[in-house]
Amino acid sequence: MASEAREVLFEPLVDNNPIALQILGICSALAVTTKLDTSLVMCLAVIVVLALSNAAISFIRQHIPSNVRIIVQMTIIASLVIIVDQFLKAFAYDLSKQLSVFVGLIITNCIVLGRAEAFAMKNPVWISFLDGVGNGLGYSLILIVVGTFRELFGSGSLLGYQILPLTSAGGWYVPNGLMLLAPSAFIIIGLFIWVLRVWKTEQVEKPQYQIRQVHRTEVV
Amino acid sequence: MEHYISLFVKSVFIENMALAFFLGMCSFLAVSKKVETAIGLGIAVIVVQTLTVPLNNLVYVHVLKEGAWEWAGLPDLDLSFLGFLSYIGIIAAAVQILEMVLDKFFPALYNALGIFLPLITVNCVILAGSLFMVERDYHFAESVVYGLGSGFGWALAITALAGIRERLRYSDVPDGLQGLGIAFIMTGLMALGFMAFSGVEL
Repeated sequence: MASEAREVLFEPLVDNNPIALQILGICSALAVTTKLDTSLVMCLAVIVVLALSNAAISFIRQHIPSNVRIIVQMTIIASLVIIVDQFLKAFAYDLSKQLSVFVGLIITNCIVLGRAEAFAMKNPVWISFLDGVGNGLGYSLILIVVGTFRELFGSGSLLGYQILPLTSAGGWYVPNGLMLLAPSAFIIIGLFIWVLRVWKTEQVEKPQYQIRQVHRTEVV
Repeated sequence: MEHYISLFVKSVFIENMALAFFLGMCSFLAVSKKVETAIGLGIAVIVVQTLTVPLNNLVYVHVLKEGAWEWAGLPDLDLSFLGFLSYIGIIAAAVQILEMVLDKFFPALYNALGIFLPLITVNCVILAGSLFMVERDYHFAESVVYGLGSGFGWALAITALAGIRERLRYSDVPDGLQGLGIAFIMTGLMALGFMAFSGVEL
């Protein structure tokens, strides 16, 4: 039991990462990673929603008729997101303004619905809760890595504290403005996937088209 | 009129949903392996987006917005916290109705869009279109133009990416980058290309 729980909790971190392997939940995430603090808030929001929605859906899974299950799941998820959104507006108003529509977009974040469908509908409450936390952590890992890179190289700071002194303030670091724009996030994730798959070679995808090796003797 | 053309160009190129805001990425990467399916999904997104953004605009202005219930003697009622729930409900309902209408009257189109229609309910582009519309306070005519523009921009981006990926199959990519990795980097380069449009004013 304990080992199963550990597996469910930690497997999504590297071995079955929701973003790098399952292609889930990329949608609403990347726009918030220009700064580390917005990424952290987004991670927390997703972990909370994911864990609670998994637990709630798993709790009533025997009572949901299968042909209206998507609507039931959506309603549960949307209500949780409304709670998170109101909470952020009440206690971290500036951050919630910076996150703008992206908190709301957790509703359509495929991670939440994907885990509800694939895991919570079939498993008991506690394990589903852990699965939610685990997948939330896997998602957070990527967000934090991307956020760290983008804030450090884009504006020379982390969480608002200046790490690399900027030239405009008399230091030596010329900020890389590209890091604050959209394309850098895609490229950082692409490279992250590369590093991950060099390490965990079983995640490598098969090429769709194999270039055939022709030996010189064959041609002659 | 000029205002609307400017809004359209802005929502297609400068604020492209996929490449500037990272929206609808899951289906953007998963369905862009073939040009035909990409076009199918793109058209479905345009149709649904043009339908739901104005619908949600009506709901927002006449039901949810603060003061919308003034005629009923409730000037202080502010239902905007119910926003998310009602937008997603309306999107789900609109997609369902669209599916039935297409099935009845345009079976050819229905078969072409097939599996993509139900999936669109959970596509972030659609919900994001409505949320941006609320945040930027568009009025009804603007919301129609914005819905059409943002849907069209997304369709354009996915079709272009699918075209590139069809060719990319024949290139010799490092093992670790095969598939998803190279698709991400490609999207990054495309986004870089679309950055060239920023600052364009009409």
